[in-house]
Amino acid sequence: MIVLLLVFVSSIERAVMAFTTVGAVARGGARRGLVGTSGFAKLRTDIAGGLFKFLILSALLASLLILGVLLIDTIVSGWSQLSTRFWDFLNGSLRSRSIDDRLGVQQGLYGSFWIGAIVACTAFPIGVGAAIYLEEYALRSRLTATLELVIRNLAGVPSVVYGLLGLFLFVERNTIFGFIGLGWLVDATGGRSVLSAGLTLSVLVLPIVIITAQEAVRAVPVQLKEGAYGLGATKSEMVRTQVLPYAAPGILTGTLLAMSRAIGEAAPLILVGAISGGLTNNPELWDASALREKFTALPIIIVEWVSERGRDPGFADAAAAAIVVLLALVLLLNMTAILLRNYFERKRD
Amino acid sequence: MQTNEPVSVGASGSARQNVPLTTAALAGSPHRLRKENLISKLMYGAALVSVVVSGLIMYALFSEAWVFMRDVDWAQTWGQIGWFPRRGIYDMPTLLIASFWTTLIAMVVAAPLGLGAAIYLSEYARSSHRALFKPILEVLAGIPSVVFGFFALLWLAPNVVANIGGAGGRGSMVAAGLGVGILTIPLVASISEDAMAAVPKSLREASAGLGARKAVTTLRVVLPAAVSGLVASMIVAVSRALGETMVVFMAGGAADAAVRTITPYDGSLTMPAAMASLASGTDQVVGEGLTFQSLFFVGLVLFLLTLGLNLIGDRFVARIREQY
Amino acid sequence: MSSTATILDAAKPIPERLVMPATDHLVDSLDPEPHPPDDAEDLPTAAVVFDVDAVSVYYGEFRAVQDASLKVHEHEITAFIGPSGCGKTTLLRCFNRMNDLISSARVTGSLCYYGVDLYNPQVDAVEVRRRIGMVFQKPNPFPKSIKDNVAYGPKVAGLAKKGPAMDDIVENSLRKAALWDEVKDRLNDNALGLSGGQQQRLCIARAIATDPDVLLMDEPCSALDPIATTRIEELMHDLKTDYSIVIVTHNMQQAARVSDRTAFFSVEVNADSDSRTGILVEYDFTQHIFSNPSDERTENYVTGRFG
Repeated sequence: MIVLLLVFVSSIERAVMAFTTVGAVARGGARRGLVGTSGFAKLRTDIAGGLFKFLILSALLASLLILGVLLIDTIVSGWSQLSTRFWDFLNGSLRSRSIDDRLGVQQGLYGSFWIGAIVACTAFPIGVGAAIYLEEYALRSRLTATLELVIRNLAGVPSVVYGLLGLFLFVERNTIFGFIGLGWLVDATGGRSVLSAGLTLSVLVLPIVIITAQEAVRAVPVQLKEGAYGLGATKSEMVRTQVLPYAAPGILTGTLLAMSRAIGEAAPLILVGAISGGLTNNPELWDASALREKFTALPIIIVEWVSERGRDPGFADAAAAAIVVLLALVLLLNMTAILLRNYFERKRD
Repeated sequence: MQTNEPVSVGASGSARQNVPLTTAALAGSPHRLRKENLISKLMYGAALVSVVVSGLIMYALFSEAWVFMRDVDWAQTWGQIGWFPRRGIYDMPTLLIASFWTTLIAMVVAAPLGLGAAIYLSEYARSSHRALFKPILEVLAGIPSVVFGFFALLWLAPNVVANIGGAGGRGSMVAAGLGVGILTIPLVASISEDAMAAVPKSLREASAGLGARKAVTTLRVVLPAAVSGLVASMIVAVSRALGETMVVFMAGGAADAAVRTITPYDGSLTMPAAMASLASGTDQVVGEGLTFQSLFFVGLVLFLLTLGLNLIGDRFVARIREQY
Repeated sequence: MSSTATILDAAKPIPERLVMPATDHLVDSLDPEPHPPDDAEDLPTAAVVFDVDAVSVYYGEFRAVQDASLKVHEHEITAFIGPSGCGKTTLLRCFNRMNDLISSARVTGSLCYYGVDLYNPQVDAVEVRRRIGMVFQKPNPFPKSIKDNVAYGPKVAGLAKKGPAMDDIVENSLRKAALWDEVKDRLNDNALGLSGGQQQRLCIARAIATDPDVLLMDEPCSALDPIATTRIEELMHDLKTDYSIVIVTHNMQQAARVSDRTAFFSVEVNADSDSRTGILVEYDFTQHIFSNPSDERTENYVTGRFG
């Protein structure tokens, strides 16, 4: 492993160093090549060209290598937990010692499941509605351009800042401009609860849902829309009968990607107040009353176990095992999204 | 009028004109118009949610940060020993130096690797290779940041940082920076590749037609033509690296507080990591009077920095769209 | 004039057809034709469907059509011809307010449909489009079954629900579009499986199903082969007994073959701003336009000297 890495590191160094010099060589070669004078110039261009191709290919392969090392290292570390007590690990709860038979990620899985469900129920309809408004209803005005700029910039706001928003809205009792009270939000969500976390993350992924849904809506052929309008369909009828069915795969893909992003996010949860120590009560998966209770989530468990490893080194392997579970979930969602998109694209052609 | 009868297609057209047509007959069904109106308002409302969210973010940041800026002893925010928010010491340079180092290290990793991968995929790769490599990059882009935090702390630190002069057993700005860099590679690659894909094929063909080789065409024609997109990818990547929380929180080598240091092999807290540290571990943000507000003050600084970078990046992306 | 004669060969059946639109409807005595052909002098004039008076169409600052005035008559086929960019499609799209879908489009002048101003703020574009059907340049069946395609218009307009009533509409519309016999055994198949010509006839059937008075056709044959084109032209001839038809075509022979009246549009280049505006040069009986045009530009176009 270390040998691989050394090769990789030195190749990066070479890539960085050589990048500029190759450019210079290629420039010189180009001048001579264009004039077409000597075979020597041609040869130099060939060497430079080959070297250049080698460098960019190694950049790509290095990225893939890192991914490989990351996956292998994590799986190897987590193997001790996963191979011997896989189901116990999935069904176990947070414990103070790593060699506890009841150690596991169930509470985190439930929390992440609820977060994903809340995101799907809120970000999906609002995001699709906004995308349809922007693509089909809004006039091409300065106002619309501003709206799109706002959405693009929301997508670039660091996730931890969304955590601050969640803290401000759902945990602290605040009043806006001195008269719009937000205390009812705290009462409704229960403060530091899985509901607050889900809503915070759904605000975080909303721009992603809007942007991907907009792309899907924009791809609907204008002939279909005109056909519907020409037959006397109203705008909403046209949207329901033409745009939504045609754009559905793209919208679905975007929503799945947004859900996977939400499930992997940890920073906003820390600010909204995910519990790291362990839950006193252990609610069932479908226990909706737990929505307003204290919660934890899979990424939070990973962070917690990584920090516990100083006290009890066995937690490093437990964290690796939890990562394998999280990656399986996230990649499953991503892969479903990508496969769905490819399937529908092929079916359409 | 015929329209009120059960419709028979055969009787369409001519029969209707015996009755003079009125404006009212073309006014449409009021029920349908009402429904239409309602739906368009709902869609508009959905679009406004984003504006409301933006407004709330700004309000939350500004209102709490304002309390901090009004009440804080400004001497505590500059030239202090480090970042100790629970003790009322808010040395901003500590966080800024750490943000600078991790971002710089991240870009040293992400810029060449992301750009190289993008050039290969856009200019060199056969379509079968593209079909193989692109999804792998997408997978890399989908990996949660806590995974990179784990990887940076438990693999990069002992295996890489230890070999380039740092300590292997704990986190540091170098370890965190490398982790953030890996996380940023797919972002750089995808924006750069989009920029190069926007360069018209005719430019490449013109260059090839003059006898230029592939590498020459790429370096002298494609990259200069795509330069605003490439700059945008760097700017957006810097913004992403500045805002990354979990990797630095886990692998940055400091918890709760940080002593100011300019050595990247030391542990420290970047702005977002400082926020996460302050909020984690306890049920409440506790400490000296302004500790809670300092969270929002740091958040505001971070928000304004990334917003500025994103707006500039947006300009550059718009420029390449205008060109072609 | 030899090339004019060639085109007239193709236009031969026109004199007989001109007699056909004679109806017992209102005679608009206040509507003198600009140049009634000699052999049509004492024909009763059909009711006016569209009365276009000084209509201009703008896209933002750009004027696409300038001051067009013409009358479209009931149970006739009216053809719009002219070079590309002359605004013929733009004007056609005003007739069922499809231009509303382009936010920058603006229409001035008066456009009356059976005496009702189509651009009166009380008039609902959706209702207008149900009564004035449209067939597009490229066949655009929905990616649904043949039956669902035809049923689409009646369903959204609430004319009929699923069941025997809808089945009747589907069958009648497909029969009228001369497609029934070809598709009656596969009504539930996807419409995209049909040939181009069949798809276009399906689009016609789909337009008929909403029980319109008028069919607007925007170059309906430009994407079709000659055999499919002939079938559509025959179909238009049959449909004229029930509907008034306005067709945009860039094919002069087609206009000569199928239409009763023809409007010739041209492009005028504004020297100051270098912008191009479509203008209506001449509107008359088709026979007249092709045999004895009164405007030199029309003659140049129909004899192939321009365009």
